[in-house]
Amino acid sequence: MSDAAAGALQVAVLVAALLAAQGPLGAWIARSLSSTRHLALERAVYRVAGVDPDADMRWPVYARSVLVLSAVSVLLLYGLQRVQAALPLALGLPGVPAPTAWNTAVSFVTNTNWQSYSGETAMGHLVQAGGLAVQNFLSAAVGVSVAVALVRGFTRSRTDRLGSFWADLVRTCVRVLLPLSLVAALVLLLGGVVQNLAEPTTVTTLTGGEQTLVGGPVASQEAIKELGTNGGGFYNANSAHPFEGPSAWVSLLQVFLLLLIPFSMPAALGRLVGDRRQGHLLLAVMGGLWLLAVTAVTWAETAGRGLAPQAAGAAMEGKEVRFGEALSALFAASTTATSTGAVNSFHDSYTAAGGGVLLLNMMLGEVTPGGVGSGLYGMLVLAVVAVFLAGLMVGRTPELLGKKIGPRQMVLVALSVLTMPALLLVGAALTAGVPALVGASVQDAGPHGLSEVLYAYASAANNNGSAFAGFGAATTYQDTALGVVMLLGRFVPVVLVLALAGSLARQTAVPAGAGTLSTRSPVFGVLLAVVVVVVAGLTFVPALALAPLAEALS
Amino acid sequence: MPARATAPLRLAGACLRLLLALTLLLGVAYPGAVLLAGRLVPERADGSPVRVDGAVVGSALLGQAVPDGPDGDAWFHPRPSAAGDGYDPLASGASNLGPSSPELLALVEERRTAVAAREGVDPAAVPPDAVTSSGSGLDPHVSPEYAALQVPRVARERGLAEAEVRALVEGASRGRALGFVGEPVVDVLALNVALEDAAGPAAVR
Repeated sequence: MSDAAAGALQVAVLVAALLAAQGPLGAWIARSLSSTRHLALERAVYRVAGVDPDADMRWPVYARSVLVLSAVSVLLLYGLQRVQAALPLALGLPGVPAPTAWNTAVSFVTNTNWQSYSGETAMGHLVQAGGLAVQNFLSAAVGVSVAVALVRGFTRSRTDRLGSFWADLVRTCVRVLLPLSLVAALVLLLGGVVQNLAEPTTVTTLTGGEQTLVGGPVASQEAIKELGTNGGGFYNANSAHPFEGPSAWVSLLQVFLLLLIPFSMPAALGRLVGDRRQGHLLLAVMGGLWLLAVTAVTWAETAGRGLAPQAAGAAMEGKEVRFGEALSALFAASTTATSTGAVNSFHDSYTAAGGGVLLLNMMLGEVTPGGVGSGLYGMLVLAVVAVFLAGLMVGRTPELLGKKIGPRQMVLVALSVLTMPALLLVGAALTAGVPALVGASVQDAGPHGLSEVLYAYASAANNNGSAFAGFGAATTYQDTALGVVMLLGRFVPVVLVLALAGSLARQTAVPAGAGTLSTRSPVFGVLLAVVVVVVAGLTFVPALALAPLAEALS
Repeated sequence: MPARATAPLRLAGACLRLLLALTLLLGVAYPGAVLLAGRLVPERADGSPVRVDGAVVGSALLGQAVPDGPDGDAWFHPRPSAAGDGYDPLASGASNLGPSSPELLALVEERRTAVAAREGVDPAAVPPDAVTSSGSGLDPHVSPEYAALQVPRVARERGLAEAEVRALVEGASRGRALGFVGEPVVDVLALNVALEDAAGPAAVR
């Protein structure tokens, strides 16, 4: 089979598997989160916490619960890292320094999983499994909860209640993430992903050298890392490390896992609003843009343009032989289109065009298909923009899913859409404008150096977590600044989306009339895709022109 | 305290307890269950160790450094590595050098010259994986082309027939999974272990 045919078949099989899985999983998510019964395990959790899972919350209460839980999570995770040396299974590692611990705590709680540390020499097994991996579950569950709360804003009428955050969070963990992770972890285990609590052991190699083998609870963490679109690797090399990504089929499975829940959320929406075609439309828009990105990155990496790739004969710097260009490009495009940020190859060494598409992928705002939950609420926010534009064009009051989009909704949506670009551009400009900061963190000279800065702030503001890893993030300034950007990039939109949900829930649903724009038609799909691309394009073209475009054309 | 002031504290307390309960479930019970399952496939769960005469010499999943210079000529060489001093699992990672980096360009040229000299071939015959470092720095594989390039040297150094060495390369080769997933590879450590078995350690200078 030719290389191109094999690469295309990989994508085709992945698409077929995702198409087959998204419907049933979406239905399961919808059913789990609209259930009226509590499982025994869930009741036990509620009892220990002393929370009422049936408390129907107003949006400010829902938002406050999200924020306080996240704040407590950051504090606990920060503390765990700081006192690591005194904990069991610490492998003799010292406490994590304060700036790194702050950055890491924020990073995992915001579903970013940016890593300014090196897993194998910074984090013991207890912090990895009991701290970081727990936030992999919780941050993903927070995303689903907020998305479902927004959907309730559309489905409910004349109420100020959005449901119980406690029930949404715990049910997402117990009924969706945990069973999927268990199955995924067992398959990964069979594929050779490590799972033990061993101390690092040093062996004498075949040729008489020394090599220290570092094990750990990797398979359990790898499963939720992909499923929760988290992306924080157990090891520094992430899923490129053979203990995380031992073979090509395991890596392809990981791509499936990281796309699975984001691509199932439209089906969940369709079930929850009782209009499955609406779900199909969002899925088509998300999937179409994802496929475009996959095609573009695969083409760029296979063509292998650029000084170093051409000198080497192929763009294999930073890529593993078992994955090659095609599977590396597929993973890279998927990890940046979701908010995962796991990598099976290193993006900094991608061709200028390939790396540029990865950057653009994040700049679209992580909606193609985006993170677990956050992709759906991000896409719904952009759908509001699309119906607003359509309304302006034809002179009608815009409506989405039976709710009128008025000035209050548009203000909330506009603020939400502007948050990420503001954080990204201001953050990147601050670093790029201060020579001392450039000197401390930027590895490559010229346009590629600017790409490194843009990539870091795009990754943080979108809670992606992948990196042009030549960028030195482990300085006190970058640890702190990127931490602030991650925090604002996650929770400002969360609060605005919940406020939007609250304002929508209060309205009476308007029945669709003859003048209502159908938001299920292909025409609207095209309009929505154009909005996604144009909003990002208008914001970021100047920056992209100076960085990856300039490098690609030079 | 008035009720308004205690409410946020009560909320924080509830969150803390919720977090601890979920940590027990997701941070202890879940990885614990996978650990137990791992004991059913202990070799894989422990990183697929490779044993020679009963002693662990590495992992079937991880590449290993081979000495530079004449000492390494009897072995198949892996790809260049950016992990520490080379193939150091305590420092996994890539070079992260950009596509137009002069440093990377110089490294590629330098490696091409070195490999061509070692194998006694035209520099243009050196395949891409021989002059680039991998993502993990622990890549256990080389391309079939890079393995084939090394056959004459290894056969000469070990006093084996080239056909015999090529058969060993064949044994350490794997095609794409299911015919289309990933890329064809040659497992360097498995190949070197097989070389030792075939020739016996005495054959090594």
